[in-house]
Amino acid sequence: MKVTQPMFFFIFRRLAQSVLVMAVVSAISFSLFNFVGDPVNNMVGQDATREQRLEIREQLGLDDPVLTQYTRFIGNVLRGDFGISYRIKRPVSTLILERLPATLELVFVSAIIALIVGIGLGVYTGIRRHSWISRSVMAVSLIGVSLPTFIIGIALIYLFAVHLRWLPSSGRSGVLELGGWKTSLLSLEGWRAIVLPAITLSLFQLTMILRLVRAEMLEVMRSDYIKFARARGLSDRAIHFVHALRNTLVPVITVIGLNIGGLIAYSVITETVFQWPGTGLMFIQAVDFVDVPIMAAYLIFVALLFVVINLIVDILYFVVDPRIRLGGT
Amino acid sequence: MKIAKLLATSLVAMTAAGAVSAENVMRWTSQGDALTMDPHSQNEGPTIAMNGQIYESLVTRDAALVLQPELAESWTSAPDGWTFNLRKGVKFHDGSDFTAEDVVFSFNRAMHEASDFKEQAKNVASVEVIDDYTVKLMTNGPNPILPNQLTSIYMMDKGWSEANNVVNPQDFKANEESFAVRNTNGTGPFILESRAPDELTVLNKNPNWWGNGQFPGNLDRIEYRPISNAATRVAALLSGEVDFVLDPPLQDLKRIEGAAGLQVKTVAQIRSIFFGMDQGVDELRTSDVKGANPFKDQRVREAFNLAIDKKAIQRVVMEGLSFPTGMITPPGVLGNTPENDPSYGFDVNKAKELMAAAGYGDGFQIQLDCPNNRYNNDEKICQAAVAMLAKIGVKVNLDAIPKAQHFPKIQKRTSDFYMLGWGVPTLDSHYVFSYLLASEGSWNATGYNNARVNEITDLITTETDIEKRTALIDEAWTLVRAEMPYVPIHHQVLAWGMTDKVDVPIASDDAFRPRYTVMK
Repeated sequence: MKVTQPMFFFIFRRLAQSVLVMAVVSAISFSLFNFVGDPVNNMVGQDATREQRLEIREQLGLDDPVLTQYTRFIGNVLRGDFGISYRIKRPVSTLILERLPATLELVFVSAIIALIVGIGLGVYTGIRRHSWISRSVMAVSLIGVSLPTFIIGIALIYLFAVHLRWLPSSGRSGVLELGGWKTSLLSLEGWRAIVLPAITLSLFQLTMILRLVRAEMLEVMRSDYIKFARARGLSDRAIHFVHALRNTLVPVITVIGLNIGGLIAYSVITETVFQWPGTGLMFIQAVDFVDVPIMAAYLIFVALLFVVINLIVDILYFVVDPRIRLGGT
Repeated sequence: MKIAKLLATSLVAMTAAGAVSAENVMRWTSQGDALTMDPHSQNEGPTIAMNGQIYESLVTRDAALVLQPELAESWTSAPDGWTFNLRKGVKFHDGSDFTAEDVVFSFNRAMHEASDFKEQAKNVASVEVIDDYTVKLMTNGPNPILPNQLTSIYMMDKGWSEANNVVNPQDFKANEESFAVRNTNGTGPFILESRAPDELTVLNKNPNWWGNGQFPGNLDRIEYRPISNAATRVAALLSGEVDFVLDPPLQDLKRIEGAAGLQVKTVAQIRSIFFGMDQGVDELRTSDVKGANPFKDQRVREAFNLAIDKKAIQRVVMEGLSFPTGMITPPGVLGNTPENDPSYGFDVNKAKELMAAAGYGDGFQIQLDCPNNRYNNDEKICQAAVAMLAKIGVKVNLDAIPKAQHFPKIQKRTSDFYMLGWGVPTLDSHYVFSYLLASEGSWNATGYNNARVNEITDLITTETDIEKRTALIDEAWTLVRAEMPYVPIHHQVLAWGMTDKVDVPIASDDAFRPRYTVMK
């Protein structure tokens, strides 16, 4: 019982902070829209007259002060109204909900790849750090950290789609509708399409996790309790995976948690390269068109995502690390 | 015996599979999807082209851009308007008949406040029904080029639009999606099967189309998948996932041509690229010359024209894919003549002399506004021009920015020196005069104001004697050539990439025309 009370206050405080973060993010992003350009130019043909353009600006309230526009926007958002896309003339909330499954599935598959491969290789290279496999893994992992996503994506497309012709170059196929959720993870075709973008998206996170787990493992393996565990005659397997790995997990969870937000943010580039019909691709197209309602809604959505993920990570600390619980407020 | 039987069955199975794949499915891609399927909502190239496969207008253009009858079989002009004889027996995709009533309805819809085609539809004052299959489009005074102005005004079904509450195009204040954004009911050769914007649009052949058998096209199904990233788009063609790419980047054309089974087609585009110089204001905003505007001096404008080496831009920046010019409108548009089209040439010494004579022997400073995501190699052309103008002492600061920020500068007339490209959907010089050369033209940020050019712009809207009208147009272009309000660079070239098994006739307006597309 003593544990739940500080946890409740802790979460409450975090929630209050989150609301503040959301307000600041939305205000900053909104004030930036004035520098993106004039949406009206894309909304009408080149033969529209100056009067017509002015009239549309007035209809959309684009000439009002930023503060007025922002207040109006927040008012609408609080009523659940994100407006209509300037570009495709459909409600923004519908568009985001339609596109979200594609992004979440991509992020999910990438996160799984990054976790399994990253932790696996991290543990391996941490334990057998002098083997040639470890050395080559570490060398190759440099590529993952240093090459930009779009180059990796294009390289994978040329290798696996153009040259070998094993996988499709772009797009999302094999989509099935499952109770309102459009999934592509239930068909072979869908998996074939998700492999390349998921690998591209996961590569950076994978190397981060790999390097982090390796460094933590090296640290932990030197510590006294591992020596004692060995002295007690525990099996290597138990030492590595129960005692050592568990103690590397706190920093790893932090990084993974924050990076899932990063995965969604990076998915903007991956989705553009692979024409993956998720929210990131929609955002890039919106920027090109100065589609303010979509940009605003997307940025708020991403901010919300980061805030929620951070909250979950904080709560997970409680579960994993008893020291935080005892330290309390 | 058993083996023979097995072989026979598998052969049968194979031919069955062959029969399925024998259906001609065209898979193609381009950068940007149509914005909406509502035919009167967005006056934008890709949207018009996509809707033109489903909807039809009274008059259309073939791949050579020659006017062709579509829903009207013939037309005649009178001083107060044009009479169109409609095609009989045409049905919309839902089975209802196409009649004069639908023409009236469609024009009213295109003229509505929320329509993006109201400027084009404005040429029609009203529509008079003569009988079920004859309409008269009344004009305000004689209009010699009305059919040219109607090719993008598509016909919708009155009954369907009323039933689905889409009598008017969606306006900007609407807060819900209109039915016509993703649903269609046209008379055209293809029927919309499914549409996921920015993902996949599937069209099927219309078995009841009036033109079946009259056109060479043999497509049964069209699958369109936009791919926004240029390298990915080319990869989809190279890997055989699509048959046709509308807009491969220029630097990849050699690679496509070099690949087995692929080909590139090119054609001069109806779009010219040029720089505008503001000769109207008394003092330039970004120049170090105070109290005077160097561009007011014709010698400076001529020096700019002579200092920019259009051929070098063609060779180095455009990889040969451009036509250097001295005009801001390309061949194919009425008014472009062999006399006025040639470039002013390239002569640095003469340009220097002209600058010195104008009192700017030491040059001056100026900012060049340039888009970086609109025309082929737009920013690189501007960079080349900066280097070339430096040779006559003009120090140019380049401001290359996205089109959404660039174009408002021109519309608000706040740029001293800017790049612009101009396409001409009507294929008539009036469209160029009224926007770019008349002093009140909404895209004329040069301040160019020649009384005779302004007068001719008005005269050619009503002059029905073709010969006299052409002479007037020529007179205006000759004046413009002498006074040089712009620095013309080149006419753009279009390049399409496709596999050898499709024959897509390339058209200067960058529109895919499936009714002429043959699959082998």
